[in-house]
Amino acid sequence: MEVRPEILALVLGCALVTAVPRVLPLVALSRLELPPWLADWLRYVPIAVLAALLAIELLSAGAAGLPAITAAFAVAAATRSLLGSVIAGVALYWLLN
Amino acid sequence: MKRESFAAGMRAAVPVVLGYLGIGIAAGVVERAAGLSYAEVLLISAVLYAGSAQFVVTSMLSLASSASAIVLTVFFLNLRHLLLSAALAPALRGVPAWKNALLGLQLTDETFVVASGRRPLSPAWMAGLNLAAWSAWAMANLAGAALSGAARDTRTLAFALPAMFAGLLVLQVRIQPRLRGALGVALFSGAAGAGIQLAAPGPGAVIGATVLGATLGLSLERWKSGPKSSR
Repeated sequence: MEVRPEILALVLGCALVTAVPRVLPLVALSRLELPPWLADWLRYVPIAVLAALLAIELLSAGAAGLPAITAAFAVAAATRSLLGSVIAGVALYWLLN
Repeated sequence: MKRESFAAGMRAAVPVVLGYLGIGIAAGVVERAAGLSYAEVLLISAVLYAGSAQFVVTSMLSLASSASAIVLTVFFLNLRHLLLSAALAPALRGVPAWKNALLGLQLTDETFVVASGRRPLSPAWMAGLNLAAWSAWAMANLAGAALSGAARDTRTLAFALPAMFAGLLVLQVRIQPRLRGALGVALFSGAAGAGIQLAAPGPGAVIGATVLGATLGLSLERWKSGPKSSR
């Protein structure tokens, strides 16, 4: 149940380099009026980052990944339920593996 | 009023919490299997609080990588939060800096997307969302650590991650004013992310694809609405 000093140092180091990009823009940019083009550009970030993360995950998910993710998309589109899409995706992935 | 917002934020976190249970259990299983103690599993999940980074730390620890190499990799992997944090900033203008700092500390891909669907966005609501997701993550990591001996199939549980991304993507596309543009950005960014990852695997793929995709979205929007508004 103990924490080794080298693991503590490692986790703190990783947490520090993670915290800076998480915190800095929010604190700095929320004090400024952003130019309209930048505000518009930032509106596309959620979609772009999600699509990229999803595609990269699928590369390593194997053959069952594509049908399972299609099911997750279909359930999300039909029901708007995030929970439903997670359950559908995982269930089909499990069945196909 | 604030308490209501906080509670509403926690309710909005429910789908993220359920996704985190799956991924967090998978993370806990591999962390324990890599030799971390329960206290270390709690430490890494509560303090680092970054799913993909925890998987990377765990696998690099098993490979006996140097601490500096691990920290550097995590830095590049989590650099994408710069974009997420910047994208939330306009919605949290006028909020005291210390509050934004605390909210930013718990920013993840998933809580970011849920929060970007919420306007106006109040700090109390975001705090509720963050704390619910964060506690679920730490609990799930601990549960995974406890199950580590029994669980073999972390791959199925970890598929909760792409499934959650798919659901979040649908919700995001629906709230965009320009449906076609949004779909185009999604398809293009996905293709770009996969392409970059195949050509040069690493944390740069997400950042590169995001910058390209958002730039495409902005260009389409400016081009459609005519050149006058672009300068």
